Formats: sequence, structure tokens, C-alpha cells
Amino acid sequence: MAAALAGVSRLGAAVAALLLGCFCCCGAALAGGVQAQAEQFFRSGHTNNWAVLVCTSRFWFNYRHVANTLSVYRSVKRLGIPDSHIVLMLADDMACNPRNPKPATVFSHKNMELNVYGDDVEVDYRSYEVTVENFLRVLTGRIPPSTPRSKRLLSDDRSNILIYMTGHGGNGFLKFQDSEEITNVELADAFEQMWQKRRYNELLFIIDTCQGASMYERFYSPNIMALASSQVGEDSLSHQPDLGIGVHLMDRYTFYVLEFLEEIHPASQTNMNDLFQVCPKSLCVSTPGHRTDLFERDPQNVLITDFFGSVRKVEITTETISLDRDLDGFETKFPEDELATEPLKYAEQLPVAQIIHQKPKQKDWHPPGGFILGLWALIIMVFFKTYGIKHMKHVF
Amino acid sequence: EADAALRQLQDASMGSLTMYVVPETSSLLPQGTGVYVGRHRSAVLRAGGSLATLHARLQQLAQLMSFSTASVAAALSDRVPDGRLSPDGRRSLKSSLGYEITFSLLNPDPKSHAVDWDIEAAVNCYVKPVLDKLSLVANFSVDSQILYYAVLGVTPRYDKESSSFLLSTHSLPHVINPVEARLGSSAASLYPVLNFLLYVPERSHSPLYIQDKDGAPVSTNAFHSPRWGGIMVYNVEAPASPQASLPLHVDVDMARVMEVFLAQLRLLFGLSREELPAGFLLESPGNEGLADWELDHLLWAHTVENIATVSTTLTSLAQLLDKIGNIVIKDDVASEVYRAVASVQSAVAHLGTGHLHSAFQASKEAVTSSERAFFDPSLLHLLYFPDDQKFAIYIPLFLPMAVPILLSLAKIVRESRQRKKEPTKMD
Repeated sequence: MAAALAGVSRLGAAVAALLLGCFCCCGAALAGGVQAQAEQFFRSGHTNNWAVLVCTSRFWFNYRHVANTLSVYRSVKRLGIPDSHIVLMLADDMACNPRNPKPATVFSHKNMELNVYGDDVEVDYRSYEVTVENFLRVLTGRIPPSTPRSKRLLSDDRSNILIYMTGHGGNGFLKFQDSEEITNVELADAFEQMWQKRRYNELLFIIDTCQGASMYERFYSPNIMALASSQVGEDSLSHQPDLGIGVHLMDRYTFYVLEFLEEIHPASQTNMNDLFQVCPKSLCVSTPGHRTDLFERDPQNVLITDFFGSVRKVEITTETISLDRDLDGFETKFPEDELATEPLKYAEQLPVAQIIHQKPKQKDWHPPGGFILGLWALIIMVFFKTYGIKHMKHVF
Repeated sequence: EADAALRQLQDASMGSLTMYVVPETSSLLPQGTGVYVGRHRSAVLRAGGSLATLHARLQQLAQLMSFSTASVAAALSDRVPDGRLSPDGRRSLKSSLGYEITFSLLNPDPKSHAVDWDIEAAVNCYVKPVLDKLSLVANFSVDSQILYYAVLGVTPRYDKESSSFLLSTHSLPHVINPVEARLGSSAASLYPVLNFLLYVPERSHSPLYIQDKDGAPVSTNAFHSPRWGGIMVYNVEAPASPQASLPLHVDVDMARVMEVFLAQLRLLFGLSREELPAGFLLESPGNEGLADWELDHLLWAHTVENIATVSTTLTSLAQLLDKIGNIVIKDDVASEVYRAVASVQSAVAHLGTGHLHSAFQASKEAVTSSERAFFDPSLLHLLYFPDDQKFAIYIPLFLPMAVPILLSLAKIVRESRQRKKEPTKMD
């Protein structure tokens, strides 16, 4: 098999070389006007947007991680990415948690100003389904065929993907559900698998955990930009507790990112450099970091809405085809009047007559089962042991 | 005209082109056109001037009708660096086994307009011939829906001069998103979905025109988004008398609508007739939607794309297996890989000899097999532990336990050796 694969790769290389050869030989020069028009529309080269938002911690005191993820979810939906393109993974349910004094809400601001849970949230992976394995399966696409469409990441080579992760982390790992962890090596490998299969055009990775910058240290695939809330050796701190709910509501970094995103609307031209400035050390106490060396474009030219929103590339349709209208098959259908059939009535729901005159059901006799037999055998043995075997002849 | 007659002369097998060269003064071609391209697989060239111009024209024609560097780059679009792609290349859909087409009628104002569209008849009449012709390329399924109270995301501007409402070009990208959530891209199939939306503007915003870059209203009143679909705005004429009873009954002219939608479908597949060299005249393909040579072109592009995808998939699968040495390859994964390799080899061989249809079928099989092998759920690297992790876990457990065992074994060996020496000494 290795030989076959080597043959294929040689073949592939030969095909690619041939095609690239003829590509290089002939010079292609498109008409300038058409090119300029197209360039304006296709500045970033992506045609659709996806978001994978992951909250990895359980338990009520990790309310803030769920609130973090839901606020990013809310912003991303507001800026245009539909639910069908968002994979939301929440490791615990805070809105319906028995300890939540305000059920069905998850707040992100003190004084309960902003309910980020809303009434149209769609959680794709909930509670115990948020595992490292499922997360990697979503990213790499190695999903069992029975998985529904809402749980899949169906991105292609022209998708920009936003990946947001939050929870408790350390130097080089992120804890999932208090029982397992994902390492930065595994994450980097998963991204490389995605790149090999061209499952993304550009990827923005945001992580809000302690020592978050360690998670993006090992990335080696192209077109990835990463942001983290703290450097290695620093802890990400939470923002403000709410005395009514009793827990910290949000983490600082995501709180300021949410404030920043609230000012973005789908047509805004704010670029990534502004996002890098969000939450300086004075506000965040930790030092947010970012990594852009793997990214091809200059962050100055990358719009926030390239990742957080879904701004479609459109073209005016200027061509039409001419159809032959006089065709036999096309007859105008006249709306037919609904013919009144016999009036419908419900079938008999409850056969009352049968119930009232019902005879008691004969219960079939079953021989005593093993337990009863064993119990009786035990009792008999004990009796004969105590009182001696000579009593047996009186019984039989 | 003559094309139909000529068709009987030649056997136009898939993937072949026939070009006829007529003398300069022939009246077969209308005045001013140098080349006429028919709707099947032939073209008529006027021999002009020297051999060099004929050669240049032949080359242009060959590039148009079969493939050029731009179309090769488009087919390999996910491997080519972004700057070198033509707009056509970025627009076209990726080759897939099937596509789902959804026609939606958006009526934001049902109180004023009772819109009736005979979509079933239109699909049978106009769309089906095109899809039948494209059935070689992929499986298509069509559905339709009507959405009420679905508004566009942008408010159009009122233009006093033309007393109409205008949607400018830069507001168009924001139109799609609010609607998309309600479109219900199918939950059932995993094929890419193409949405074609027909929007009947509200009475208060009628008539609504789309403005292009220069400010002129677009003739088709439609726009499309690559890899997604298209939207057309259908304006209802205001009733003659202002006292007409609401809601107005509107019968949509499906032929006009389908002309635009089918043109958008062609564009989404990458078949554009925009950039034609001067002097070329293309015959309209009529109700079939695309000429035979365009179908060949599409098949060819998809075959090349499939072959490239298969080779990269299998290469990256091999790399993954090299990296994680102890992954277990199940038998069915192995057989899929073998099948993929065999199919891609036969596809390349068929392409070399020009048998386009069999090359395409082989490439489709290769893609299916390689995708199934690559995306097999058992190949998750998380399930397999690298050797250093195994050592790291087991050594702290077993080493302390093993120390007394090894020492006592050593002691036993020493004692048995001493005992063996004893008898010889005591003899």
C-alpha cells in the first residue's frame, strides 16, 4: 500500500507539474477593467463564514465561561452568521441550572443588563457531549455518518472559521469537563489536518483561559491568526461578580471584546489591529497576546467582519439566457375548487364499551424463578442443618 | 443553420471538438464575425489573411471551447495562491456528487400582494431540461418554498428622478444574511445547496431596482453570490386605479424569472460567456441551457479537480499514517484506499486518451473512495497513543514493582550457579 501511495503521490506530482508547467508557459493577462471590478468584490477570498464556539468547563461556579461563549455567539449571530454555520458547544447548562436565581437567563453584565442567552440560542453539543474527541471530530470532519447536520462543520476551502475556546487552561493544555485535556500539539495537528483537506480559507483562533498563549505556540499551518487573553505564566482574571447571582459573570478579556464587538455592525470597516488593542494590561491585568506570522494578509487589511460576520460577496447578474417560451408542457393550471367530500369525523378514540365490560385478564402461571427457588433452598438447608437430618424422614 | 446539418456528418463524441475552416469570402458566416461556435461540438472559422492569424484564431477558439490556463487554475483553485485566480475561478462551485437547488419566493407584504407562482410547471418546463443535461455532472434535487414576511436586511433609498427605490451595490452583501436564517438550508442532505430567491418588494417600496456601480439600474434586477445562489427582485406594476382592492393578485412571469435564474445557475457553475474575443459569435443553447462543448468543459474541469483532490487527500492520509505509526487501518479503509488509487489511475489514463465520460466517472469514484477513507471515524489520532506517552504512563507503575522482582531473579540465578559449582568442588 505504501508503494501504491508513493505511486499516487508521484502521479499527483507529475500531474501537478504538467499543469503548472503549462500554467507558467502561457502568460495570462485579464482585461484590466473586469479585474478591478472583481478585486473589489473578492478582497478576502472567502465566500462563507463558520464559527466554532466552545466552553469547556462544568459546574455552577464556572458560569463565566458559559457567559463568555454565549456573548461571542450572540455577537456572531448579530453580525450575520446563521445558526446553521455555528457549532456551539457548552459543557454545562447555566440557564436551567437549579442554582440559577434567574432561570432561563445568562447575564454578562452586572445588574443583569444583558441577557446573552436570549430565546433563539441553538446549542449543538451540550453537557457531556463536549469532549476532546468530539471537538477534534468536529474540526477534522471524521464524524460518524449518523451525526446530524447541525453538529457538523461543513466548511470548504473558501470558508473563514472563527474558533473561540474558553475554560480553565494551563501551560500547553486546556481542560475539558474537569476530566480530560487537550494539548496544544493536538490542536495544532487538528488544524494541520484541516489545512490538508482545505477545510478553511482563514482561521481565527481566540482563547480566553489562563496561560492562553501557550495554546497557539505550536501552530504550523498557514492562514491562522490567534489571539489569547494571557501570556504563559499569567492568569486570566474574571471581571465582576454579581451579588444577585453569586458568581463571576464574565472574564475580563471577553468582556472587553464583547464591548468592542457591540460597536461593530455588518458594514463596518474596523480591522484586526483594533481587536489586538482590546483590553490593555491596565484593564485586563493579564497581557493579551496575538500571533499573526502564519497569516498571509496584513492584519491591517483584515476586517473584523471577515471572521465575526458573514458579509457575502455578491456580483450583479448581467447575463441572461433566452428561453423558448412557447412550449407544450407549460399550461396554466386553473386553481381547482376544493370538492367537498363527506364530512370528516374522528375515529373512535376510546372503546368505552369494551372497557366497561372487560373481563379480568387471566394471568398466566409462571414457575417460580431462580431467586425464589434459591431462597427456599437456603431456608430448607438451614432448617435441616440446625435440627438435624433425621427430621427428613418425618417430612417424606 | 448549417450547424445542425453538419452535426449529422460528424460523430460528436464527448470530449471532441470539430472545427471547420471556410474561405474568407464565404457567406456561411454573417458579416463581421470571424468565428461561429455552435451549440453542439463544432465551430466554423473564417480563414482570414495569413496563416498566422488563422493560427491565432484557432488557438483562441481552442482556449474558449476546451481549456485554458485560467480554467486549469480555476479547477485547482484550492491549491493555487489567491492572487492568480480569475474571478471565474473563485466563483464556481466545487465539484460535488450532488447539488440541491431551492427556489424561494419571498413575499414581505402579503396584505398587498397575493403572489402566485407556478413553480412546478416552470421547473418541469425550463429547469428540468437544463438539469437533465447536467445530470452527467451530478445529481440534482429541486425544491421550492414560499416565505411570508421575509424582509431584506437593508432599506432601499428613494430616488426622486426615477421615482423608484434603489438598492446600491455596496448594500447588497447585507441583504442575504437576515433571510438566510429562514431559508432552511436542508437538514437532510449533505450536498451543497443553491438558493434562488425571488423577492417581490412591498407596496411601499415598489418599484425596486438594483443599482450597479455606475448608478444605472440593472437590466436583470438580480444579483448572485458565489457558491450560494442568486436573488432577483420582481417588481409588481402599480395598479391602474388607486382604489384597486388589496391584496393585488400577482401572477409571476416564470419565463422571465427562469431566464435569470438559469443564467445565474450557469454562472455559479463557472460557465460564463462574458469575456469573448472580438468577432466571435456563440449560438444560444436554447432551453437546454448549455452547449455540448460547455458541458464537456464542465466535466473536464470537474475531472481535473477531482483528480487533484484525490491525490492530495491520499498524500495527506499517508502523511498522517507516517506520523502516528500505530494507527490501526481497518480493512474497509484499506480497500477504499486501493479503490481510490485504481480509479484515479484509470481516470488519468482516460483523460490522456480523451475519453471524457469514463474519466469523469472514474474520478467521481476515486473522490468518493478517498473521502470515505480519509474521513473514516476510526482515524482520529486521539485514539492512538504515541510510544513516549505509553512509556511515561507505564514506567512509573511498573519500575518500582519490577525492581524487587528483578533483584530476586538475579539472586536466584546466582544461587543456582553457586549450587552448580558446589558438587564439582565437593567431589
